[in-house]
Amino acid sequence: MKKVFSKVYLGLIFLFLYAPLIVMVLISFNSGDSTTQIEGFSLKWYREIFRDHGTLQAFRNTLVLSVLAAVLATVIGTLAAVGIHKMRSKRLRSAVMTVTNIPMMNPDIVTGISLMLLFVFAARMLNLETTLSFYTLLIAHITFCLPYVILNVLPKLRQMDKNLPEAAQDLGCTPLQSFFKVELPFIMPSVWTAMIMAFTLSFDDFVISNFTSGSSYETLTIHIYSMIKKSVKPNIYSLSTIVFFAVLVLLIVYNFTDSADDRRERAIERANLRRERRLRKERGELVEE
Amino acid sequence: MEKHKIIELKGICKSYGGEKVLSDISLDIYDNEFVTMLGPSGCGKTTTLRIIAGFEHPDKGSVYFDGKDITALPPYQRHVNTVFQKYALFPHLNVYENIAFGLRVAKRPEEEIREQVKEMLRLVNLSSFEKRHVTTLSGGQQQRVAIARALINKPRVLLLDEPLGALDLKLRKDMQQELKNIRKQTGITFIYVTHDQEEALSLSDRVIVMNAGEIQQVGAPIDIYNEPVNAYVADFIGESNILDGVMLEDYKVRLAGHTFDCVDKGFEANEPVDVVIRPEDVDVVAPEKGMLTGLVTQVTFMGVHYEIIVEIDHFKWMIQTTDYVAPDSRIGIYIEPDAFHVMKKSEYSDLFGDYSSYSFEHELLSENVDEEALEE
Repeated sequence: MKKVFSKVYLGLIFLFLYAPLIVMVLISFNSGDSTTQIEGFSLKWYREIFRDHGTLQAFRNTLVLSVLAAVLATVIGTLAAVGIHKMRSKRLRSAVMTVTNIPMMNPDIVTGISLMLLFVFAARMLNLETTLSFYTLLIAHITFCLPYVILNVLPKLRQMDKNLPEAAQDLGCTPLQSFFKVELPFIMPSVWTAMIMAFTLSFDDFVISNFTSGSSYETLTIHIYSMIKKSVKPNIYSLSTIVFFAVLVLLIVYNFTDSADDRRERAIERANLRRERRLRKERGELVEE
Repeated sequence: MEKHKIIELKGICKSYGGEKVLSDISLDIYDNEFVTMLGPSGCGKTTTLRIIAGFEHPDKGSVYFDGKDITALPPYQRHVNTVFQKYALFPHLNVYENIAFGLRVAKRPEEEIREQVKEMLRLVNLSSFEKRHVTTLSGGQQQRVAIARALINKPRVLLLDEPLGALDLKLRKDMQQELKNIRKQTGITFIYVTHDQEEALSLSDRVIVMNAGEIQQVGAPIDIYNEPVNAYVADFIGESNILDGVMLEDYKVRLAGHTFDCVDKGFEANEPVDVVIRPEDVDVVAPEKGMLTGLVTQVTFMGVHYEIIVEIDHFKWMIQTTDYVAPDSRIGIYIEPDAFHVMKKSEYSDLFGDYSSYSFEHELLSENVDEEALEE
């Protein structure tokens, strides 16, 4: 009885979580104009999207922005993680970590407005004509992706045997060579997951983009928002469906790479534990002697 | 022939966060020898090794290599290589590439690399393993790869930081033999760090006994065992009974209420001393024939011999004997004059050498004390 109840409960949770998405996907295939009545199956709204220059342009814009933001945030964030990892003072390290985590906790709207104010202020100081552009948008995206990259890479660095870079230097590497030949290959799996994560975050961001993009560079999320303001047609649903599946695929890839990696780590950790226990037992026997 | 000094440490001091780890270490290491730094964890032996490798910099003092001051040189410019306790193999490379790493960094031609790696694999008996991934190897095999990787650069000195510490007992014995062979074949100076005194005695040409950031004694294993300079070394190397004694005159020492003949001299008349008697140097005889008599409190069968604890004049001795002795019986003991080793008193006097803490009686006693403390 209890089991049945818990299953029903779980089913309800999933229903509430996914019902809106299911409705969205269903209506995106509707042949009629209505967003409430399903009349038949058709791909016409998808076709319409791919014929709409504005949408396609927004999609291209978003891709360019997200790829650039993800790559740059990953490079900067990885270097930052290495720097934080090498800090000797524990207090300084935790202070820096707190500071980098704040943008993650911050509501998007606060981050967006504060970045916009900063850009306006900076443009005024530098006497620039245009304040908000692709570049401010890119800077904003890199900014909010950074803490996620650092948070992804840092644990992997902690897992690394600290003798590893020492061994490389012992064998003739300069510290820089040691980073590229030994440390970077070791943390590479988490660098990739960090990049996927950053891309996903950048791809589906609306709030911060809305404040920092200006009128010249329209991203997909901003485009969808402006479509809603005009009229609600199923083409919004089909576009959202595409975005949803794109993000879903990325999340699956992210989880897959991450969990395969974690599984390996866990297996190694277990083996180490077993060996340690065996050694301790052996030492115990020695004491008994 | 004058031996060639390969490494020289002069007045090395090092502290971490105000805590002294090494105080004034000076040390000469010669070409083609197997030197072991021996001591309990935290004695500074690993730090000394890391200073020689260049991973740590001394606060004071200098390191010389082949007569040149290398104190300021980074690790990658030193002609020494290190074998780490936890192997520190590169997990993204296979066995072949791990071993080839040093030569690849030095940008040597591919042919030379292949030849050298093959030779190294032969040296460490891993010839068929070159394509294997290092994470699939056992601990012993990983350690062999680590040794091969460190040796391929043909260092003048190989530093080994407790290289067998993570292996189990049997494998450790095999690897010890193998290390000896490798050293013989390559003729490289080995500086070996361990806390295992047996390992130190059986492997080395010279042992450096360290404690609390200071060198206690340097010498050949047999000298360290037979002629320890103080109670600390005597206790740390092997088993020993360390008693308070008085040197009456040359060749006469008084302890446990009895005057013995010995072979030591050069002390002042009636100077208080520490006397070391190794458990295997005490002969068990009938009570009436003994120089001293005592009560057997504990007997442990060890395979080759029995280890018995005998209480003589409120001091518990450990004696190793091949004849069975019944617990609670009275026995006599006989000691040859050359079995006594007389040492000057030191800061370590009275800290070591009594086997009352060794017996299970003592454990019971301390448990009782704990319970009493709890009741209060």
